[in-house]
Amino acid sequence: MNTVMQHTKDPLLRIAKRDGIARPWAYTIRIIAVLLSLVVSGVFIFAVTKLNPLQVYEAMFDGAFGTSRRSWVTIRDAMMLLCIGVGLAPAFKMKFWNIGAEGQILVGGIVTAGFMRFFGGSISTPALLVIMAVMSLLAGCVWGVIPATFKAFWNTNETLFTLMMNYVAIQITSYCVALWENPVGSNTVGVINQQTKYGWFPSIFGQANTLNVILVMLLTVGMFLYLKYSKQGYEITVVGDSVNTARYAGINVKKVTIRTMAISGAICGLAGFIAVAGASHTISTSTAGGRGFTAIIVAWLAQFNTFVMILISFLLVFLQKGAIQIASQFNLNDYASNIITGIILFFILGSEFFINYRVILRGGKEADGK
Amino acid sequence: MTSAQIIQLLQSAIQFGTVIMFGAIGEILTEKSGNLNLGVPGIMYLGGIAGLAASFFYEFNNPDPNKLICLLLSFLAAFLASALGGLVYSFLTITLRANQNVTGLTLTIFGGGVANFFGGGLNTMAGGVGQISVATTSAVYRANINNLTNLGTVGSLFFSYGFMVYLAIIAAVVMHFFLNRTRKGLNLRAVGENPATADAAGINVTRYKYLATCIGAGISGLGGLYYTMDYIKGTWANDGTIESLGWLAVALVIFATWRSVNAIWGSYLFGLLFWVYLVIPNLGRKDIELYKMLPYLVTIAVLIFISLRKKQENQPPASLGLAYFREER
Repeated sequence: MNTVMQHTKDPLLRIAKRDGIARPWAYTIRIIAVLLSLVVSGVFIFAVTKLNPLQVYEAMFDGAFGTSRRSWVTIRDAMMLLCIGVGLAPAFKMKFWNIGAEGQILVGGIVTAGFMRFFGGSISTPALLVIMAVMSLLAGCVWGVIPATFKAFWNTNETLFTLMMNYVAIQITSYCVALWENPVGSNTVGVINQQTKYGWFPSIFGQANTLNVILVMLLTVGMFLYLKYSKQGYEITVVGDSVNTARYAGINVKKVTIRTMAISGAICGLAGFIAVAGASHTISTSTAGGRGFTAIIVAWLAQFNTFVMILISFLLVFLQKGAIQIASQFNLNDYASNIITGIILFFILGSEFFINYRVILRGGKEADGK
Repeated sequence: MTSAQIIQLLQSAIQFGTVIMFGAIGEILTEKSGNLNLGVPGIMYLGGIAGLAASFFYEFNNPDPNKLICLLLSFLAAFLASALGGLVYSFLTITLRANQNVTGLTLTIFGGGVANFFGGGLNTMAGGVGQISVATTSAVYRANINNLTNLGTVGSLFFSYGFMVYLAIIAAVVMHFFLNRTRKGLNLRAVGENPATADAAGINVTRYKYLATCIGAGISGLGGLYYTMDYIKGTWANDGTIESLGWLAVALVIFATWRSVNAIWGSYLFGLLFWVYLVIPNLGRKDIELYKMLPYLVTIAVLIFISLRKKQENQPPASLGLAYFREER
């Protein structure tokens, strides 16, 4: 090959796949990417606000952790995002593109809100919480199993199927909001059981959101063990790597697909339960609020390692809270957080290239990095 | 159900359809190169806000704006901004080989952020009060010849729209011709079906993918432009409608089985399904919400139907969603 290459000029840059990369080096690349993205976001913030970016980042920190209340809101929202990411992990590890978390969260939320509204008071809160949790798991499960079944038996495109299921769920939510409107004409459900707090998460250690943290942490650890050490988790990995290999090894791919999506959908449904009973105590079309999509990126970037997801969830929620703080402080609107999130994700996505490939300059040594 | 109601329904359907038709035509071009760009909603957002912002600054600084400049400025800004969104996507997925789905979703988050940020804030930033509004430019986009023709029903059904409704149909037909009858179009399809073979045949795979994705994004972005300028009459609304329309555009690509001419009637059908509640008597507000589910349910039905029939010519491009790396075989 080299003799042929002599006749033509070598390209300035060549790309070769890496055989492997040391873990610290891979993380260094990722950290560089995040730092670069913060610089770019800083330039953007400066261009729009004409403020010292450092001052802005300080304001962001204040927005996320400035008071203990703000810290708890940050923790609560990070837990929510983490919960959805944990739910999506098995599906994505199986290379099943579950874009439908939004819908799965919403149906879980609707069921929870419905039970809270109609049985608050007639059933004691602890029992009601258990019923709501189970029902939301079931609702999310159904919402996930429908596209999975079609994928398993007829190879129906799951990306678009789950996406469309989101909008079906959104319309059902709108229907329920109109049905349960309170007060009439407001087009919202209002805070359910505001006085009595029936069906709300109880305060533990004086904090309203302790139960959120406990539940999500249990799920995080459980999912980590499930994916890494259980037989089913191994089956998911094999199906994700190669469906043909899985078939050859005698894995029932149809069964694994449906079972995994049942779990994935159920956990997303439970996220809806946590969002309604443990945070907002109401239901609206923005209960999921795009987190079903953001969580995909959380799961993907963490390479389905649920502990890494904790870190990424906190990073993204910190940015969101920070951007909202800047927005109110400097009279901007809080969509700035989506811009910054987008920029950071672009950089992290791009950085994966430098982890998987080497760029070789003209005349560079071939044997490098072997 | 009166005839006036039916005409109103059909008009609404065609206007609704035009938004998603642009999105779908652009996405068909992109997907034919093997790139599944889930950033269509974000790209439509970018197109919508860029067109709006360009004409806003022009109208804001000129008390007596020239209509032609209004049109050109907003149109070019929309196309370029969306193509730029496509370029970011292309660079990440083609050159850096990032995952296409995740990159597309990020582009949707980013585009929505940019658009809603500036859409909500431009007017205040420029020192104005209340909502952004570009009356002159919007009037250019909404100008129609219905009043001149005096054709009654025929006139209001066929001639009562702004020029972009007709542009969408032309774009769909041209796209069909390009993909099926020109050498470049056939080369592009070869890239989407099997990039390794196309590469061996001397086709510059990277260039085709880049161009198809960027131009496709530009066309998709025009859907956002039509939405802001014509559909909601030159204003901005932070209600997430563009996002849901963008996803419908992605669905329409499947519905049209990757043929742009099918997107014409497909998009109008989606519009009809979305607005059909207008002509159903005695609907409560909550029932309307259920009727709005129809386009999505129909898409699901079509998805299932296509996968059940497994017809060769209705399948997506064979290498859709996969990055191409010459040395990896």
